[in-house]
Amino acid sequence: MSWVDDWGLSLATFLPALGVVILMFLPNRESLVKITGTAFAGLALIAGILCAVRFDYSRGDQIQLEVDSTWIETIGARYHVGADGMSLPLLLLSVLVCFLCMVYMWWHIPEPGKPKAFFALVLLLETGMNGTFVALDLILFFIFFELVLVPMYFMIGIWGGPDRDYASVKFFLYTLFGSIFMLLGFLALWIHSGAETFDIIALRESTAGASELFQNLVFLGLFLGFAIKVPMWPFHTWLPDAHTEAPTVGSVLLAAVLLKMGTYGFIRIALPILPDAAVTFAPVIGILAVIGIIWGSLCCFAQTDLKRLIAFSSVGHMGFVMLGIATLTDTGINGAIFGMVAHGLITGMLFFLAGSIHERYHTREIAALGGVLKQIPRFGSVFSFAAIASLGLPGLAGFWGEMLALLGAYQPAPGLNVELFRVLMVIGGIGTVLTAGYLLWTVQRVNLGTVPDKFASGKGIFDVERLEWTAWVPLLLLIVVAGFYPALLTNVTADAVGGLAGIFGA
Amino acid sequence: MLAAEQIEGVEATRTGLFPDLMWLVPLLPALSFLVILFFGKRFPDKGHGVGILAIGIAFFLSLAGFIDLITGAETVEKHWVWFELETLELTFGMNYDFLTGLMFVVVTFISLLVQIYSTGYMLDDERYTWFYAALSLFTASMLLLVTADNLIMMLVGWEGVGLCSYFLIGHYWEEKPNSSAAIKAFITTRVGDVGFMFGIFALFILAGTFNITEINHLAEEGEIAGAGLTIAALLLFCGAIGKSAQFPLHVWLPDAMAGPTPVSALIHAATMVVAGIYLVARLFPVFEFASGGVPLEVVGVIAAITMLIAAFLALIQDDIKRVLAYSTISQLAYMFAGLAVGVFTAGMFHLLTHAVFKALLFLGAGSVIHAVHSNNMSDMGGLRKYMPATFRTYIIGSLALAGIFPLAGFFSKDEIIGGALRAGIDGTRATAWIVFGSALITAFITALYSARMCIKTFWGEYRGHGHPHESPGSMTSPLWVLGGLTLVVGFLGFPVIGVFKYWIFAEGEVAHGFEPLYNVVLPVITVGGALIAFFLAYKWFYRNEWRFDFRKTSFGWMYGFAERKYYLDDLYLGGIVKPIQYPLAAAAYWANQHVIDGIVDGTARGTVGAASGTYRADQGVVDFGVNGAAGLTNFSGGLLRYIQSGNVQRYAAVLFASVAVFVAVFAFA
Repeated sequence: MSWVDDWGLSLATFLPALGVVILMFLPNRESLVKITGTAFAGLALIAGILCAVRFDYSRGDQIQLEVDSTWIETIGARYHVGADGMSLPLLLLSVLVCFLCMVYMWWHIPEPGKPKAFFALVLLLETGMNGTFVALDLILFFIFFELVLVPMYFMIGIWGGPDRDYASVKFFLYTLFGSIFMLLGFLALWIHSGAETFDIIALRESTAGASELFQNLVFLGLFLGFAIKVPMWPFHTWLPDAHTEAPTVGSVLLAAVLLKMGTYGFIRIALPILPDAAVTFAPVIGILAVIGIIWGSLCCFAQTDLKRLIAFSSVGHMGFVMLGIATLTDTGINGAIFGMVAHGLITGMLFFLAGSIHERYHTREIAALGGVLKQIPRFGSVFSFAAIASLGLPGLAGFWGEMLALLGAYQPAPGLNVELFRVLMVIGGIGTVLTAGYLLWTVQRVNLGTVPDKFASGKGIFDVERLEWTAWVPLLLLIVVAGFYPALLTNVTADAVGGLAGIFGA
Repeated sequence: MLAAEQIEGVEATRTGLFPDLMWLVPLLPALSFLVILFFGKRFPDKGHGVGILAIGIAFFLSLAGFIDLITGAETVEKHWVWFELETLELTFGMNYDFLTGLMFVVVTFISLLVQIYSTGYMLDDERYTWFYAALSLFTASMLLLVTADNLIMMLVGWEGVGLCSYFLIGHYWEEKPNSSAAIKAFITTRVGDVGFMFGIFALFILAGTFNITEINHLAEEGEIAGAGLTIAALLLFCGAIGKSAQFPLHVWLPDAMAGPTPVSALIHAATMVVAGIYLVARLFPVFEFASGGVPLEVVGVIAAITMLIAAFLALIQDDIKRVLAYSTISQLAYMFAGLAVGVFTAGMFHLLTHAVFKALLFLGAGSVIHAVHSNNMSDMGGLRKYMPATFRTYIIGSLALAGIFPLAGFFSKDEIIGGALRAGIDGTRATAWIVFGSALITAFITALYSARMCIKTFWGEYRGHGHPHESPGSMTSPLWVLGGLTLVVGFLGFPVIGVFKYWIFAEGEVAHGFEPLYNVVLPVITVGGALIAFFLAYKWFYRNEWRFDFRKTSFGWMYGFAERKYYLDDLYLGGIVKPIQYPLAAAAYWANQHVIDGIVDGTARGTVGAASGTYRADQGVVDFGVNGAAGLTNFSGGLLRYIQSGNVQRYAAVLFASVAVFVAVFAFA
């Protein structure tokens, strides 16, 4: 099994890409396409699991399964991949959710069909996402980070809803806009290192003596790139449009994995390489984060479209993640990673459900729905469960991220304004009440009450299908397991985050 | 007169057998929840057998464990690491001592009776199996709450019972008011829970641990003190205010009566709503030692306000369950008052007696509702003829509630009032006189509304429709069990000879011997007051001698004020909920779409405009034979035309190509 140490991460990253190439040469037969696509996502999942098996959890703070070989010698960019306790959970989340999306796509491919292209795009997306979480070289990271734009753009643009053209271009341009500043930041770091290295680990040393102005400017560049991806308030407006228009699996992948690339960028690149600037920026990030929490929740109350509501709820949930990061503490950042994974599982699940509601009722208008629990009780139960998980009920996955982030804010890292962060904590706490409010209100309107006359015949409205169960049960189980046994995740992250928080003295 | 003695608890002399097995007690209902949830419908009895069996075993274990404790077995505390970060360790553990032991017995006992009762009450329910699953989950969460060795675990149980409460209040969710009541309960308590969570944070930062025993120890030793501890205690109390329905967060409990009546008995009378009292009792040193008991003064004032305003509202309800709901709020306030004035034992004793007689009253009310198919006392009357068993047990419960000697409520309530009097005389609590005055008036009103409730339900002529009938044995047998207990349980707290004080007491609490002022004079006053109240109720509600409309008197505004529930609901709904739901949310969303997104779209539109302007200038001014710049602008201007023409795929292809070129240039430069 020692081959996994050298090849595991690269296989997890590039097997899906290989799948894209093979799909291109396959005849356009739906069953063949489905089997091939799922097989490659499955192989990537196996590769990811093997990585997790080989990973030495007692050394979670160190880069493992590392490969570091020459790539573009002239500029010092290297093919450097590896995983530590912060990247492994996200890699696993990505390979799992991608595989489950494949399973779901057996059940349903949206209009206008074209399964071959659709499966290929999901696989391409997976390569970009997995690569982002294992890259340890800025150029490599950038390529993977940008790579995801293309398949997602086409997924929204071709398989999306009525307003797909606008949403897809907006998604593409907005994220690209941020990336330009991020790239400038990367280049500045490179130049500062004497034009020698893009290595994410090595750059930590080279910025040690950098001037405050340099650090802050570079951080600002990275901040724009990552904050748009997260997305943080007020850079979030691409998200509801993209989510509303995207096909179901597009929304699932966007929420479950793609958004985490932004938050991951903060903890992998921005914080460790530019710690002084991070302390300077932390209050701003914290303030924007809690504005996002309240803003996202308030906007949820105003939504009439179920999917758009879930999209806005992401703005609020990612606000908790960013608040955790902004505290620069051990608890806060652990909470942030927990929040990322939990949001991936829970919101991914909610988007699956929104998609499946649309398949059954041909509408996502909250006002038109009702009595889902009455009509299809199993489906309704899963919906209620996911909503309750999303509101951060203790004992389910969503709780730990919020709780640890808020605890971090109670006592932020030395050098941060304690009063400010306590105010942020209180506002975040109000956010948890608002979150519970809009989610339970949504459950009431969609799930409870009586079945509207329009759907009373029950024609085409069926309870959870076998393939849906297959795609959903792993997510549901993980939501419960991570809630009851948080060590499942913290055992992986604790050392790595401890090392990162150590930089900030907390 | 006997001298006051410092209480010495039961001395632990041996290792018990049962306390070591207490982890089974929460586990059993948790397992029965899973079994009923996934397989319940396959059982011929639709799942209630599993639930009753599990809770039955849990009850006998709890009882055995408690008997073990009071006969000298050692308490048990054990824990394992739940998860660990560099700066934080959280344990998963249990603490089994007298307080937990008592709560175990109360919770499993009432759960058992309610589950038996529900086989009759819920018989034809559409979601019978789910009902039993939810009851089991509730019991498991409640038991987790009272055995948790640390605050985070307690919070897990705390929210777990809240969730089950939400499920069960909204059990009949086809009707919107029921699901709205469920949401109201969840959200209102969550407001308090946020405070609770922050209180946990504050204690963790002060003490460096979530472990309750350690925190209490540190507070007793004065290792943690000062304003920080006071704030922590007050924040914890926010959670208690929400969960135990105290002013100003009590508004959810009357609405919670939308749930099935057995649920009201179990969750909204006997167990879940006492979680707040349990919290204060469990962390009593924190409340007691923070700034010399300032938090307890706050607890006392809140309790004094709550018991009085809730009792007044109980007096004007027509819905029998709402009478009981307001009564519960008022009685919970008595428990807080007991803790606040320093008679810890009495406060917890009232928790025990109230659990018994209020569960009895709720189950009795359920029996009545089952018979007449209405919650309203205006549809009842004369039922003593039709349902003798329900009638007799209900009267026992009501007399206990009214505090008549020697029923359960008498002892516990009088000890609390006496404790307040003593604290007032001794000057140990600044707010003791307020508590005393309020408790005394409330005792009188309690007797009045109890009598009114019984008269309107059981005397006079039947005013409803159909033929009321006695409930089946599955429902009346729990009534008899509870009725019997109501008669005897008070003697556990009998002055001098009562043993309860050796089980449950606060460190350093003083057991007072027989003192005439507290053991003769005061009871004569309270029982006398209750009898006067009965007489007034007889004249007023039975003989209808005073036929005046209170609303038309000069105190009519007070009636209106009470009728609107002191306008608290209107304030919360009109002042907070509605503004968030509509104007605030709509404004935020409008700003989102038009301001924030407006900037985004505006930037895009501006870029397109600038580019096409450039292009036009280029075409008009620059001779396009001369330089290649035109070609470039043509390209970019043309690119932007794609947006206008909506051909986004081509546009993206170009963009992607440029990124690719860009990367390639980097790679091979």
